[in-house]
Amino acid sequence: MCLAIPGKVIEIRGSRALLEFGGTRREVSIELMPDIGVGEYGIVHAGFVLERLNEEDAGEMLAALEKMEALDALDG
Amino acid sequence: MRWMDEFAREELAKGLIDRIHRLAQRLGRPITIMEVCGTHTVALFRHGVRAALPKNLRMISGPGCPVCVTPNEEIDTAIEMALKPDVILVTFGDMVRVPGSRKSLADARIEGADIRVVYSPLEALDIARANPERQIVFLGVGFETTAPTIGATINQAASEELANFSVFSAHKLVPPAMRALVLSGEVGVDGFMLPGHVCTVIGARPFEFLADEFGIPGMVTGFQPLDLLQGIAMLLDQIANDRHRIEIEYTRIVSREGNRQAQAILEKVFTPGDASWRGFGLLPSSGLHLSPTYSQFDAKRRIEVKIPPPVEHRGCRCDAVIRGALEPEECRLFRKVCTPEYPIGPCMVSSEGTCAAHFKYGEAQHPHPIEPPLEVKP
Ligand code: SF4
Repeated sequence: MCLAIPGKVIEIRGSRALLEFGGTRREVSIELMPDIGVGEYGIVHAGFVLERLNEEDAGEMLAALEKMEALDALDG
Repeated sequence: MRWMDEFAREELAKGLIDRIHRLAQRLGRPITIMEVCGTHTVALFRHGVRAALPKNLRMISGPGCPVCVTPNEEIDTAIEMALKPDVILVTFGDMVRVPGSRKSLADARIEGADIRVVYSPLEALDIARANPERQIVFLGVGFETTAPTIGATINQAASEELANFSVFSAHKLVPPAMRALVLSGEVGVDGFMLPGHVCTVIGARPFEFLADEFGIPGMVTGFQPLDLLQGIAMLLDQIANDRHRIEIEYTRIVSREGNRQAQAILEKVFTPGDASWRGFGLLPSSGLHLSPTYSQFDAKRRIEVKIPPPVEHRGCRCDAVIRGALEPEECRLFRKVCTPEYPIGPCMVSSEGTCAAHFKYGEAQHPHPIEPPLEVKP
């Protein structure tokens, strides 16, 4: 239940931001990480950015998540 | 840990597994590491980490699944609230199928209750705005990771003066449960794998009492295969060298201090108070109640319900499973009566519940009968 996924900040609109998660975009709140900027990466839980992380680490996490999704698809 | 290709990753994993085996051999006695996060429980199985561990190293799951630790009393109350005709109950998907004393939210839905599942608590505000004539109750279940998102939502509702929105706060705090677990002495733990995303919010500091007061090392660990292996290796290293500190493996996200902004929201909207846990009963200052300034958003004050005395699921040993005192395989109902399709207790319903994880991954990786529980350390 404490899963959090990384996304890239595309646009900031007040206390909300548009983030990209490996292809899909979603609007989330940046109220808990208000100083995050466009182009930075954040991990998102329940529609809120919880913390920022650097690009390399975000890439690592996304690659691992994609692999897990592939596994899920196999699991059926 | 840096961005690297598959080969480099595999080499690193092999090196870590090797180190874990060498350290375990050097220790030469049974070692127990407890993880306190359902996401870790699942990740340890699905990435094959458990299967790669030495025989004298045992991983057990503690109170790491928020849905599982929610007692029947709270589930029953939420169901009663949902059954009120003017109420729309909003919650996260994990809660819907969890059985209370007599029924689940899913059963209440069949009886006509209006129950909506959301990904973010902010969506509950949209529902409130769209339904001004109804009472919107958000059932807030979760640890320190989730509570700030709900706190921020309450704050938003306050600034909009939304009159038809309230929260049933069933949030739980992890450190008090761990204190209770260690104090009971029921399960001997040599080291704790600490929850990475709980610590993202509160930092590693609130867990330092484990090392300072009880001499048990802890490692704040991430969720990828290499994180898990590295976390275990670093813990074994502490155990083998008789060190006990709370260290952070998941440094790319977690700091000692945590996210101050999220903590400020928690402090503003909530006050720590007694909470009742499945597996532990009432623990002081282990839950979050709405602070007096926000009491008009407290569903427990707004929606009056009476529930019959809660009853436990017959034969279900979730309480002991949550404390790490019992493996799911030791429950007589496991796999025979209790399955993810027909779950008896919450530990089988939640995808991150210990029983569900053992059901899904257990047989293939641990075909042998479980070893008897280890002696409690003095
Ligand atoms: S296997 Fe089912 S009945 Fe047994 S402890 Fe787990 S959830 Fe409860």
